Amino acid sequence: MTTQQNARPITAVLGTKLGMTQVWDANGLLIPVTVVLVGTNVVTQVRTAETDGYAAVQLAYGQIDPRKVSQPLKGHFEKAGVTPRRHVAEVRTPDAGDYSLGQEITAVAFEAGSRVDVSGTTKGKGTAGVIKRHGFHGVGASHGAHRNHRKPGSIGGASTPSRVFKGMKMAGRMGFDKMTTQNLTVHAVDAEKGLLLVKGAVPGPRNGIVLVRTAAKGA
Amino acid sequence: MHTLDSVDAASLRTDIPAFRAGDTLKVNVKIVEGTRSRVQIFQGIVISRAGGGVRETFTVRKISFGCGVERTFPVHSPALESVEVITRGDVRRAKLYYLRALRGKKAKIKEKRETVPAK
Repeated sequence: MTTQQNARPITAVLGTKLGMTQVWDANGLLIPVTVVLVGTNVVTQVRTAETDGYAAVQLAYGQIDPRKVSQPLKGHFEKAGVTPRRHVAEVRTPDAGDYSLGQEITAVAFEAGSRVDVSGTTKGKGTAGVIKRHGFHGVGASHGAHRNHRKPGSIGGASTPSRVFKGMKMAGRMGFDKMTTQNLTVHAVDAEKGLLLVKGAVPGPRNGIVLVRTAAKGA
Repeated sequence: MHTLDSVDAASLRTDIPAFRAGDTLKVNVKIVEGTRSRVQIFQGIVISRAGGGVRETFTVRKISFGCGVERTFPVHSPALESVEVITRGDVRRAKLYYLRALRGKKAKIKEKRETVPAK
């Protein structure tokens, strides 16, 4: 069985979001950037259409206490000939065959001006009401509104359909979801420090793990 | 020490002299008109410095043809050709917004006496 494959080669790296700051561009404008520490990623597995049904590269990043690595994982990293890493991500790309086990990928994989998508885990907000979670407008502040200023209102009919539809927007756990911000521009690459400066905000808290990859949309 | 100090260091300028509110500055501003670039001078009293790091700004106030004009510049902006301190002012506040309500002689700022009297 084969799975659908992206036509364009994808470059990707795992990194840590260090936070946001501002830098001057060539025109003297102040550009908001997110600094992503990429350091060194290693290739721990190369999937091919023959063996796995699709072509992909598995990247690993980050330090981990060797005592915390389980035996199966230890074997997996040993196979690639690298020390165990903390985070692992798989990226489907048609040119997976060009990668070799243990190959190191750094911030230089991207060049300034290229478009990227950045995925991360958003900040958890805990239990949130419908106004914060879904952007409901709430109920009027006055005119006899009876203690229902931030309530959702009706959630559907009564005896027809005598149930609540699936996916009804209600209060509940918000945040801590995987989210991707698309089409961000790489403002600058600091090869020496292993930093990527991405224009704009990326999902997640400081020190969160993000995956920077070639933009899916756009030119 | 913040995480991104090393990243910010590249955006900071070191050729800007130290100055504070009350000082009179001559700010040489680079102005780009199409392909030509020229320098415009804005001279006046610093009435505030705000923010920190790359985002730090200062506001200069002058009276132009009887009309108060204020301009705010980022301290580390590449658009600043140079900044010269003309005089040091003797003021007791970090923000001199009260100058906006004053006219003429009352809006004058005492010059700081640089020499420390011998004890």
